Amino acid sequence: MTPITVLVSVDSNSILLGAKEFVTYLRNLVANYNMDSLVTVLETVSLGSYNGVTVQVLPDDVYYSIKSKDDVRKIVEEHLLKGRQVWDLTIDKSSIKPAEKFELKEIRIVTRNIGSIDPKNIDEYIARDGYFALSKALKMKPEEVIKEVKDSGLKGRGGAGFPTGLKWELTAKVQADQKYVVCNADEGEPGTFKDRLIMEGDPHSVIEAMTIAGYAVGASKGYIYIRGEYYNSVENLRKAIKDAYEYGFLGEDILGSGFSFDLTVRLGAGAYVCGEETALLESIEGKSGKPRLKPPYPPENGLFGKPTVINNVETFANVPQIILNGASWFKSIGTPNSAGTKVFCLAGDVNRRGMVELPMGVTVREVLYGFGGGVRGGRELKMVQTGGLAGTFIGPDKLDTPLDYDSMRKYGVSLGSGVILAIDSSHCAVDIALNTMEFFRHESCGKCTPCREGTRLACEILEKMTKLEATQEDLSYLEEIASLTADASFCGLGQSINVPLLSLINNFRNEFLKHVNEKECSVNLCKKPEKKAKAFIK
Amino acid sequence: MDRLEIKKIVEELREEQLVEGDILIYLLHRVQDHYQSHYIPPEIGEMVAEELNVSPSKVYEVLTFYSMFATKPRGKYIIRVCTSLPCHVPGGREIVEFLKKKLDVDFGDTTKDGLFTLEETSCLGLCGVSPVIMINDDYYGDLTVEKVESIIENLKGGEAR
Repeated sequence: MTPITVLVSVDSNSILLGAKEFVTYLRNLVANYNMDSLVTVLETVSLGSYNGVTVQVLPDDVYYSIKSKDDVRKIVEEHLLKGRQVWDLTIDKSSIKPAEKFELKEIRIVTRNIGSIDPKNIDEYIARDGYFALSKALKMKPEEVIKEVKDSGLKGRGGAGFPTGLKWELTAKVQADQKYVVCNADEGEPGTFKDRLIMEGDPHSVIEAMTIAGYAVGASKGYIYIRGEYYNSVENLRKAIKDAYEYGFLGEDILGSGFSFDLTVRLGAGAYVCGEETALLESIEGKSGKPRLKPPYPPENGLFGKPTVINNVETFANVPQIILNGASWFKSIGTPNSAGTKVFCLAGDVNRRGMVELPMGVTVREVLYGFGGGVRGGRELKMVQTGGLAGTFIGPDKLDTPLDYDSMRKYGVSLGSGVILAIDSSHCAVDIALNTMEFFRHESCGKCTPCREGTRLACEILEKMTKLEATQEDLSYLEEIASLTADASFCGLGQSINVPLLSLINNFRNEFLKHVNEKECSVNLCKKPEKKAKAFIK
Repeated sequence: MDRLEIKKIVEELREEQLVEGDILIYLLHRVQDHYQSHYIPPEIGEMVAEELNVSPSKVYEVLTFYSMFATKPRGKYIIRVCTSLPCHVPGGREIVEFLKKKLDVDFGDTTKDGLFTLEETSCLGLCGVSPVIMINDDYYGDLTVEKVESIIENLKGGEAR
């Protein structure tokens, strides 16, 4: 170890700000000044802030925000070489860590290693108790592993919230010559980027958890199904899987237990619907990703017709810590019915975007103001979308709703995949509705008529509304379509379009009415199309 | 691309195969990567079908279902614009309008010079730096209309040289 360590954020968000070039430049400078034996430059994932590339110098514990190569040079020549802190690049630690006044109780279970280790180095994962849970689990009976997960109260973090332990138990009970473990990494819910950062920042936690799941349910093969566009995640996971094989955490006779498990990565090819578990299984089987009729559910009849455990990335990433620290530790975090933490992704018109892991039951306001620092540009908050595009739109009056698995039932505010999307007062509710429906129209797979036609009709009406050409009958018809499509659709995609659409209409009914009755848009975004010149003049 | 090359890739991918049938989409990604115009010609699709011993109609179904695959040539640069709400809200709407005007194409179309294909994509999971676009394998974030214009001009300039 060298006396000085420099950590540089190189998550995919930082890469876009030039992080990779900065790292190369930093390494070159360090070499030029012959400081190789003194300074180690490490690439880590998100340190938290996105206004520039965040750099941390240890042991001084100083944080810098870098925007150019000149900034890098300053840090090397001043701080590293002469020991003088570069004050104009220094950022206050509190701007990275959540603001004090909200006392955000950040608890890092899933994100515990993100930003602290080099994700491409398996030794660093092991040094932070990595694969200890696997070794512990392999000494337990499979039923005991399942009981631990069941007792922890862990529920699916992809949005549906199905109890994970129960899913494992169902799969374990079915007799079959072959079973599978699948990780749903087809993250596509707009606003969600937690799975990407987990896979980029701590890929081994997913691999370890899947191997534990395999042991618990009696599966010997596993797939991680990732979006085709997630190049960095694919790269880090591939490397991690290769290393895990080399260290004997994957493959035959893992840690001398007699248990064997093979794991591989499969890529999606641009279809949101593949996030639906049975469509995802179809896709792994090399077919177009259209959902299957349920039941039978995957624990009974899943991949290639065999019993299959399928969980989200974040769900899996919880498992090693549960095995290590026990179910009661996990249950002590969060709310009685929703144990543990949730990784929230904050996006839209806020001062600070990014992800933060907080105990279940935290309020929308705490995330938005405590972590996000409020609305950007001092504008007024108009609405917040929670839970992803299939989630709910809420007005500022509902900001104090606690987010957990009960919040939808109790308050009509969806937790979903943990998205908090802030939308300021410069936006029009009808335009937001149109954008939302266009997404569903585009991603509808076309298998069932209600979803294919319902989303198309909804878009047509909303388009008419944004052109200020719709009537009040159109608005009633739109509400009817929303409910009908949700009732009659085949899978979760079509079944969920009523939630965002009706929550928008109900919360902003006056705005919708203004569009249809007074032909007016309150923010002047929607306009009548300019009349085309007549082709024939009489 | 010829049959020999396909055979070679198939052989390579079989190493990662856990169950017969699980490498089709993976293989199509690899095959398409060979073509500068980002598509899979029909006769190549048929060869893939033969090599994996599946029907050509199945390969065709997969090729036409997933938006990352194409059966007709696309531009040298595929511009994928995120149109989801987290990009739409902080200025994405203006970027979509600008790109359509600048390139004089609609979503799904290729410019006359064969350089750019404009496609819409759903959330790319980079909402921390939205609005975001992807050009081939590269991401661009924190975009404004001016930034997009300079990116496009740079690519065009690189071609002219």
